[in-house]
Amino acid sequence: MNRHVKINSARIAAQSHFRTLRLGTPFQPRIDALAKTQDWYNWAGYRAPHSLWDEELEYFAIRSQAALFDISPMTKYRIEGPDAEAFLDRVTLRDVTKLRPGRIHYTAWCDDEGFVLDDGTLFRLSPTRFRLCSQERHLPWLLDSAIGFDVTVKEETEAVAGLALQGPTSFAALRDAGFAGVEKLRVFDLADFAHDGSTVTISRTGFTGDLGYELFVPADKALSLWDRLMTSGELHGIRAIGYTALNRARLEAGLIVANADFTTAEHAIRADRLRMPDEIGLGFMIDLEKGHFNGRRAILAARAKCKLRHVLVGLEIEGNIPAEHAIVYHKKSGEVGLVSAAMWSPMAKRNIAIASLARPYGDTVVEDLWVEIYAMRELQYQKLMKRAKVVARPFIKLERRTTTPPADF
Amino acid sequence: MTSFDAIVIGCGHNGLVTAATLATAGRKVLVLEAGKEVGGAARTEEFAPGFRGSSVAHLLNRLHPDVVKTLELEKHGLKIARADFIPSVALSKNGPPLVLHGAYGEVLTGASSSEQSAWRDLRAQLLRYAGILKPFLSRRPPDLDGMSLLETASLGQTALALRKLGKEDMRDFLRVLLMNVADLLDEQLEDIRLKGLLAFDATLGCHLGPRSPTSLLGLYYRLAGETGGAAGAQMLPQGGMGAVVAAIRASAERAGVVIRISAPVAKIVVEKGRAVGVTLDNGEELRASTIVSAINPATTFLDLVGPREIDTGFVRKVKNIRMRGDAAKLNLALDRPPQFTGVDAAGHNGRLVIAPSPDHVERAFNPSKYGEFSQEPVMEITLPSLADPSLAPGGACVLSTVVQYAPYALKEGWVAGKPKFLKAIMAQLEAYAPSIGKSIVHAELLTPADIETRYRMPGGHWHHGELQADQMLMSRPVSSWSGYDTPIEGLFLAGAGSHPGGGVSGAPGLNAAWRIIAMGR
Amino acid sequence: MKAWDAIIIGGGHNGLVNACYLQRAGLDVLVVEKNDWVGGAATSRELTPGFLYSNCSYVCSLFRPEIMRDLELPRFGLQVISYEGGAVFTRDGDYLANCRDHDAHRREFARFSRRDAEAYDRYARDVTRQCRFIQPLLMRTAPDPTSLKPRDLGELLYLGKKFAGLSAEEMALTLRFWTMSISEFLDEYFETDVIKANFALSGIIGTALGPMSPGTAYVLLHHYMGEVDGSVGAWGYARGGMGAVTKALAASFKASGGTIRTGAEVDHVLVQRGKAKGVVLAGGEEIYGKLVVSNADVKRTFLKLVEEKELPDIFLRRVKNFKIRGSSGKVNIALDSRPEFPALPKDSPVYRGDMHLTDSMERMERAYDDWKAGRWSADPFLDMVIPTTLDPTMASPGKHFMSCFVQYAPPKVNGREWTDADRDGFAESVIAQIAEYSPGFRDRIVHMEVRTPREIEAEVGLTEGNIFQGELTFDQLLFNRPVPGYAQYRSPVGGLYMCGSSTHPGGGVMGAPGRNAAVKILRDLAKSTSHMSPAHDVI
Repeated sequence: MNRHVKINSARIAAQSHFRTLRLGTPFQPRIDALAKTQDWYNWAGYRAPHSLWDEELEYFAIRSQAALFDISPMTKYRIEGPDAEAFLDRVTLRDVTKLRPGRIHYTAWCDDEGFVLDDGTLFRLSPTRFRLCSQERHLPWLLDSAIGFDVTVKEETEAVAGLALQGPTSFAALRDAGFAGVEKLRVFDLADFAHDGSTVTISRTGFTGDLGYELFVPADKALSLWDRLMTSGELHGIRAIGYTALNRARLEAGLIVANADFTTAEHAIRADRLRMPDEIGLGFMIDLEKGHFNGRRAILAARAKCKLRHVLVGLEIEGNIPAEHAIVYHKKSGEVGLVSAAMWSPMAKRNIAIASLARPYGDTVVEDLWVEIYAMRELQYQKLMKRAKVVARPFIKLERRTTTPPADF
Repeated sequence: MTSFDAIVIGCGHNGLVTAATLATAGRKVLVLEAGKEVGGAARTEEFAPGFRGSSVAHLLNRLHPDVVKTLELEKHGLKIARADFIPSVALSKNGPPLVLHGAYGEVLTGASSSEQSAWRDLRAQLLRYAGILKPFLSRRPPDLDGMSLLETASLGQTALALRKLGKEDMRDFLRVLLMNVADLLDEQLEDIRLKGLLAFDATLGCHLGPRSPTSLLGLYYRLAGETGGAAGAQMLPQGGMGAVVAAIRASAERAGVVIRISAPVAKIVVEKGRAVGVTLDNGEELRASTIVSAINPATTFLDLVGPREIDTGFVRKVKNIRMRGDAAKLNLALDRPPQFTGVDAAGHNGRLVIAPSPDHVERAFNPSKYGEFSQEPVMEITLPSLADPSLAPGGACVLSTVVQYAPYALKEGWVAGKPKFLKAIMAQLEAYAPSIGKSIVHAELLTPADIETRYRMPGGHWHHGELQADQMLMSRPVSSWSGYDTPIEGLFLAGAGSHPGGGVSGAPGLNAAWRIIAMGR
Repeated sequence: MKAWDAIIIGGGHNGLVNACYLQRAGLDVLVVEKNDWVGGAATSRELTPGFLYSNCSYVCSLFRPEIMRDLELPRFGLQVISYEGGAVFTRDGDYLANCRDHDAHRREFARFSRRDAEAYDRYARDVTRQCRFIQPLLMRTAPDPTSLKPRDLGELLYLGKKFAGLSAEEMALTLRFWTMSISEFLDEYFETDVIKANFALSGIIGTALGPMSPGTAYVLLHHYMGEVDGSVGAWGYARGGMGAVTKALAASFKASGGTIRTGAEVDHVLVQRGKAKGVVLAGGEEIYGKLVVSNADVKRTFLKLVEEKELPDIFLRRVKNFKIRGSSGKVNIALDSRPEFPALPKDSPVYRGDMHLTDSMERMERAYDDWKAGRWSADPFLDMVIPTTLDPTMASPGKHFMSCFVQYAPPKVNGREWTDADRDGFAESVIAQIAEYSPGFRDRIVHMEVRTPREIEAEVGLTEGNIFQGELTFDQLLFNRPVPGYAQYRSPVGGLYMCGSSTHPGGGVMGAPGRNAAVKILRDLAKSTSHMSPAHDVI
C-alpha cells in the first residue's frame, strides 16, 4: 500500500454506520420510550414511527389537543451569503425578494424542463441566511445552481433537530414553556428564542392545517427541548404522534407530499411521470414578473402551447369508503386518472381524496367523474363505482390556524 | 448613432462568415472583436522580427464550398487552384518517406505496389463513407424532438445515400462508423508509415488515441472537408491563414458589415429571457434584436450571459463540454531551410508528418490522459515560407508545426513543463531533420494554456469543444440546443463549438446565419 | 446411420441452453463436447482435493430468468446466493463499500463526499433509463438494417418505436451514452475518484478497453442489465460454483431426452453442397445431423471447423476482422483460512461480496496501457470474490476458495506466445497486490491455478482467451455481431447456426444467445416456440 497517502481518520471512524441501517434521531430516546406499538418505517434512513400508541387517538391529538411530531429526518440545507437571496430566487419558483427576514414560504423548484424537483419550505433566518427544507436530497443541484453566486450551501439535516407541535393547545403549551412573545407569531413568521444555553427557532408553520408550530434546535439540545415541551404541555394534553396521524391531517388540509402525490423529477424513471407545477396545483407559485428562475422558459412554453397534460385536484367522493389508489373514470368508462391519497375525514365528515387527472378532466371537464374503489373486506374485493366531485382544497379550513394572537384552548 | 439588426461577438472566421451572410441578406451587422486584430486563431502574425506565420491553424483543407460561394471569396482575393494542393509526407527515421500526393493521396509513392492498391481501395472507401456524412456539415443537426427524427431532411438524404452504397458497403459503413482507426487500418493496410500518418490525421485535435473507439470519425471529419472541389485536399494559403480571413473580411465589409476591434464584450444584456444587446468592457451599451456569439459556448454562457439568466441544467451541460486541448503550436524562425532526411524539394513544400506508426501515436497519447505531455510527440510540419518568401527574410525559413499531445491541464504546470516539452519536440525534429537545432533564430511554443490566453479559447481547444461522437451533431455544443439557437431568445451561437465543429471551414458561421435568416430575424 | 435432428458443438452454457430448447421442441439433439466435462466457461472443478473451483466465470448475474424458468433450472439444482456487499479498498487504509440498503449506501458515499452521496439517485435514474431501453433488445434477434424483409422491418420499427418513445433529452443521452467513455460519463455525476472507480469497473470487465475509452459506458449497461424490473438474483454465486449452472442445464437437457457426448472434440463440420450434414470428430468418427449449431466462437467455428471454400469471401473477410483479443486472466486460489483485510471491520458484509483494489481511474487506465503495449498490467485491476463465505459446499469448513478475475492480460506477450515464466510473473503481480492489502495472504495459499488467455483458449476453446467470445465495441454489437449480414444466428452454410456469445447480445453467463438462436432455428423449421417464455415485460 502506498503509505505516503494521507490517512483520513474521520472518514475511517465513520465506517461503522453499516451496523445501524436505521438511525435514531436526536429525540430517539424519548420516542423509543413512548413507542408502545413499535410500528416503525424508514424515513430517509431514520427509524420513524408510523404510530406510537394508537393512530386514531394520535390523529385526534392533532385536532383536539397538541401533538408532537419529530421532523428531524427532513432534509435541511443552510444557504448563506450575500447572494443567497438572488440564488434562491433563481432556483425556486416564488419571488424570494418578497420574503422578508423572519418569514417563511412554501415553494417548489424545477429543472430546465419545468418539471418539479421537489417542494419544500424556505425559512428566511436573516437577510443573508436561509434554510430550505425538503423531502428529497438536492445538494448537487443546489451546488451547481450556486455557480456564479456568492453563496454557500451546506446540508445540515443531522446537525439540526426538528419538532412539529400542532393542534389547538400548541400555543398554550409553548407559552407555558416560557417562550415569551410566541403569541406574536403570525402564520409563516419565525423567531429565535433562548433554550438551554442555546437558541431554538420557532416558526408558525406546520403540515396539519391547524394551529401549530415547528421548532428547530441544535441536535445536542433536542432532548431538553422535548422535555420542556412535554412538561409544559402536560395539562394541555400534549401527545407524541407518528406519521399515520399526521398524514391524515395533511390530507384534510389538502397538502401534497412529494413522491406520494407526484413523482419528483430526479426520481422519475418513466418520462411520462414528470410533472410541471401547473400539473400538481403549484402553479400559484410561479412568478413571471420576477427575474429568471429555473424552468421559466419551459413553463412559459408549456402554458403557451397548451402542453400541460395533467392536473391535480381535490375530490369529494360519495359514501364513506376511502378511495385510496382508485382509478378515476369519466362517465364510468374512460380512465382519466388516479387517486394518490384518500380518507374519510373525521373533521369534514366527508370522503375526500387527492387525485391526478389527465386534462381536460379535472380542468375544464369536471362533470360525470367516478372512482372505482376496490375495498378489500375479509379477503374479498367489494367493487364500488362512486361519484366524485372536484372540490377546492383545503378540505377543512380552521380559523384558529391563522388567528393572532392564538386563542388559549 | 447607427442602430444594428445584429451584433456578432467575436471576429474569428466564423463570426465574419455569419456577419457577411447576414449582411448579404440585408441585415445591418456589427462585429465586435476583443483583440486588436480580426481573425481569431486564423491569423498571420509576426512571431520573430521578419518572420511571419499562421498563428494556430496553418493549413486550409476544409473551407466550406458554400462559404466560398455565398461570400464570393474568390472575388475578394482567395485563390484556390489545384496546383496549390500540397502532399502529405509520412517521415521515416530509417528509410525513405511515404508520400500522399494530390487530394489526400490520389497517388501514393514510396510504398509497395500491393500497399498502393490497398490504399486505393481504402481511400475510395473512406471518401465514400465520409461523403455519406458530408450533407450534415451544411445543415442544422437533426432535431430529436418528438417523432421528427426520421423525417429530418439530412437524415433522409443520408438514408438515400446509404441505399446507393449497396448492401454490403452499407453494412461495412455501419460496422466501422464508431470504430477505432487503428483496427481499421490494421484490417486493410500493411505499411506502418501510412498507418501512422492516417492514425495521426484521425486523432489530430482530439483527446483520443488511434486505439480509442470512435477515432475513425476524425478521419471522416477531415475527408468530409474539401478544397477546390477535391475532398481531402489541403493547401498552404499564400500570406498565411490571415490572408483567408482577409478575403472573408473584405466580403463582409463589402456587404456593409461594420467591424470594431479592441471592443471586448463584458456582458450580453438579457431582459426577461431575451437578449437585447451587449455591454462592452468600457461600459458602453449596444442594442440589437439579434445577438450572435461566435466565440466559445462556455465563455458565452458562463461569462457573458452569466448563470443567473439560464437554467441550472443548462449550466451543467455547458460546464460538461469537454474542451481541454491537447495540441500545441510551435513556430520556428530558422536562418535557413531545414533538410528532412530523404525528402525531396516538393516534399518540403508539403505537410511533413512525424507519426511513425499507430502504436507510436497511441504511446504519445497515453500520458495526456494523466496530465503529462508526450515524451516522443507526434506532429505535422509545414514550411510556408518556401512557397511564400514574403513570410521570412531572404534565405531564412518559417517552420510551423502542430504538436500532440500537450494536455491543457499539465500536472506540473506549463511554466515548468514548457521548456521540457520544447526539448522533447526538438529532439523529435532533430531525428528527422538533423542539425535543425543549430539553425534556430527564435522558437515560439504555444501550449494549450498559451492558446487559451492569447486567442481567448478556453482550454486552448481549437474546436472549442472536443470533436468526439458524444459532442457531435445534436450533442454539439449541448443536447437540446444544437441548432444554433439558445435558451436565450435572440441569442445565437455561430462558433466552432457548434455543429459541425472547428477547422477553418466557416460552416458553423454559415449555418448559424441561415438559421437566423430562416427564423425571420 | 443415425442422423440427429441437431448437433450442438460445445457444451458451454449457451450450447446447452440451445440444446435444451431444441430438445423440448421435439428434436433429437446431441451435444458434443471436447472436454471430459460439460460447462465451457461455466464450470466447477476440483483442482486440488477438497476445493471446488469456479475457475472461469465466477458470478451469476446476467442469466436470464426466463430461461431459468423455461428449463426448470431450480428443479435441477441451481441455487443462486446473492452478494451481501462489495467494496473498493483505498490506498489510505480505508474502503468504499457498496451497501444494499439505499440510505446506508448514501451514508457510505457521504464519508467521501456529501455531494456524491446525493448525486447517486440521479445517476441511478439515468442508468436505469438506459437499461430499460436496452434490456428488451437482449431477447430479440438484431434486425438487419439493410434488409427489406417484413421481420427485419418489424424489428427496426420496434427499435425505432423504442427510441422514439424517449424524450429528445433522453434520446440525446442515449446517443451520448453509447459513445462515451465511462470515465467521462461518471465525471458528469461524481467528483470523488474512488467513487468513480467503483462504478467504472463495470465498464471495463471483460473488455479490451480502459475506462477512458469511448464505448465503455455501454459496457457498464451490459453488466447492469441483469438488474432491472424484477430480474431475480442480481449479482450472486451459484451454490456449488458456476458449474452448477451448466450442471443444471445438462440435467434439464438429459431429463428431456437429450444426449451429451463428452471427450468428443469436433475436427470439422461436414459440409456437402453448401449444407451442413454433421460433424467429424478428431478421431475421424462421422456423426450426422440435419443441422449443426456451433457454441464455439465465430472465429473458431469458421476459421477452424469449416473449410474456407465453403464460405463467401466477404463473410470470411469479416470473420477474420472480428476482434476477439483477450484482455483478462484468472487466478484461482485455495486458502487454508479466510484472508483478512485490516481495512475491513471483521463483521463487514464486504467479505461476502466483490472486492477491488483499484481506487482511481488513473490506476485502472494505466493497467490498460500495459495491455495495449502487449504486457500484463503491472498494477492490475482485480475483481475478487470468496464464494465460500456464503457457500459451504465448495471447501471444507474454515477453508476458502477465492476467485480473482484479473485485468489486463494480453492474448500475446510482446507479440509472442505466453510462456510458463510469463504466467508466473502474471500471477505474482496479482498476489503481490493482494498481499499489500491483506498481510499474510501468501501463507494462507494451499493451491493456485493461474489462467492467462493462453490457458483459457487451450481449455475452454475461447479464441485469444476472450471471455465474451468477441469484444463488446459498437462495431461488434447488435446487427454487427458477430459480423454484418449474419447477426441472425444463421451462417452462409445451410443448416449451420451459431449460438455462442459471439452472437447478439454477447457474453456473460446470460444464455440469451443460446435461446435466441433456438428461436431462429425453430422458426426456420416451422416448429412451435410455445415452450419458450416471451421476454419479461419492461413496464
